[in-house]
Amino acid sequence: MKLTKEDVIYVADLARLEIDENEVDKYVEQLGKILEYEDQLNQIDTTDVLPTAHVLPVKNVLREDVPVPSLDREKALMNAPSQDKGCFKVPKVIE
Amino acid sequence: MDKINTIHEINALIDAGEITYEDVAMKYLDRIEDVEGKVDSFLKIMKEEALEQAKAADAATDEKPHSELFGIPYGLKDNICSEGVETTCASKILKGFIPPYDATVSSKLKAAGAIVLGKTNMDEFAMGSSNENSSVKSTKNPWDLSRVPGGSSGGSAACVAADEVVFSLGSDTGGSIRQPASFCGVVGMKPTYGLVSRYGLVAFASSLDQIGPITKDVTDCAIVLNHIAGHDEKDSTSVRKEKEDYTSYLDTNIKGLKIGIAKEYFAEGLNPDVEKSLQEAIEVYKSLGAEIVEVDLPNSKYALSAYYIISSAEASSNLARYDGIRYGYRAEEYDDLMDLYKKTRSQGFGDEVKRRIMLGTYALSSGYYDAYYKKALQVRTLIKRDFDEAFKNCDVLLSPTCPTTAFKLGEKSDDPLEMYLSDIYTVPVNIAGIPAISVPCGFDSNGLPIGMQLTGEAFGEKHILKAAYAYEQATDHHRKKAKL
Repeated sequence: MKLTKEDVIYVADLARLEIDENEVDKYVEQLGKILEYEDQLNQIDTTDVLPTAHVLPVKNVLREDVPVPSLDREKALMNAPSQDKGCFKVPKVIE
Repeated sequence: MDKINTIHEINALIDAGEITYEDVAMKYLDRIEDVEGKVDSFLKIMKEEALEQAKAADAATDEKPHSELFGIPYGLKDNICSEGVETTCASKILKGFIPPYDATVSSKLKAAGAIVLGKTNMDEFAMGSSNENSSVKSTKNPWDLSRVPGGSSGGSAACVAADEVVFSLGSDTGGSIRQPASFCGVVGMKPTYGLVSRYGLVAFASSLDQIGPITKDVTDCAIVLNHIAGHDEKDSTSVRKEKEDYTSYLDTNIKGLKIGIAKEYFAEGLNPDVEKSLQEAIEVYKSLGAEIVEVDLPNSKYALSAYYIISSAEASSNLARYDGIRYGYRAEEYDDLMDLYKKTRSQGFGDEVKRRIMLGTYALSSGYYDAYYKKALQVRTLIKRDFDEAFKNCDVLLSPTCPTTAFKLGEKSDDPLEMYLSDIYTVPVNIAGIPAISVPCGFDSNGLPIGMQLTGEAFGEKHILKAAYAYEQATDHHRKKAKL
């Protein structure tokens, strides 16, 4: 599968990255080369092979539903670039 | 003071009353003063705090029996959170981030009395094999300052090799502990996935990441592992199992131990000096009474392809959290919320991180998911099966850690794929979730260290520690020091 300029622009938008006009070609070339290498995966017959998302046989890990303290507000906000009245401050979301 | 070297040697000197914890801390801080300008291992050095802790350690000496790590100075990779100490992953996007909590490994080492001397440099978000992707600076290889220390835990390996600390912690997603340990001539272990809590480790690829020790010898590796291993309710992927004393496996008698050799790990592209050293190591094992068996890992050649899809896909998801809202960098100028996200991320992440986010997003996007992501997970199953089969016939697998020794700064930084190939022997281990250790096994014609990788089955740390220890006791590669 050949990677196109349109693919790069589309994926950058999905990934919330802003890419300059002149960077698009660089990504087409570099990612294209990596994807070319990845194409060797298609040589392998994986019919009836189950995917392994996780190596351990761990299923849902549950605990007793007992309330415990979480990070307090002051600590949770201490790294915020902008905050106001105990909340994270963001640009207007709803017009 | 030359005898101050490993954890066990320092403890012997303390017990004999020959030195104090303050002497130990001073020795390492002086050494940092002398060589840090050349090596650049650290992003942050905590001199005052460390000295204070060392003095407190001396004052507390008589109260109760201390752990082996009590008063021992170490380096902490900058993607492991330490409460109140800036943790940046060597990324602009996390500059100034002060974790409001300790990673579980940090709190365990704190409880044991170990002293953090500094946070170590790394490739940004642990993505890289040379430390050149750090947004701050490139760490140099103590054996040759024109060469890379490896990566991504390059700072953690270099500071141990340069004698700036006694040991360090790194993280390993595709070889990030073992490859720099190999390049810097020190011991580095990636434990079995789930053995060490990942709580407080900044996530790169959650199904592959694992924290592990970088040390000067195998004994120290076992000591540190004793302190960091164990179930943690804050990491649901950490495994509940009986506690082991890893130092109890350090035994020179390996008669009958079955060591597997896979021809796939001695393939084209392997540097002849590396191959020669490995052949010599095999002879050492034979002379110690180990049995050498041939095994096949036919799918290992696909591991790197699968790895870059899986790790990048997980990274693209994990790194979505850096949005300029709750912590870290926020772009100064933007039009609206979407523009804030995009500008913050584009200005905050470096090139390699963006490349992997793009690759991962592509592999997970509609229309490509089956061809790349699902396919990679199926190949993962095949690679894991290969290892399962191999371990039916052997106790440990022996291979080079890397196909080459340390390369020059700048040599591979323009070609991402070429850089990725440095991890070709280390990534299959992460894909399968099994443990592996890199130990020094010789030097190339330029005097650069060569590493041997010993791999075990899941939770088979005892086998690789035993094999590594027996080899180390029969050789003296680990005693050679970089001249700085």
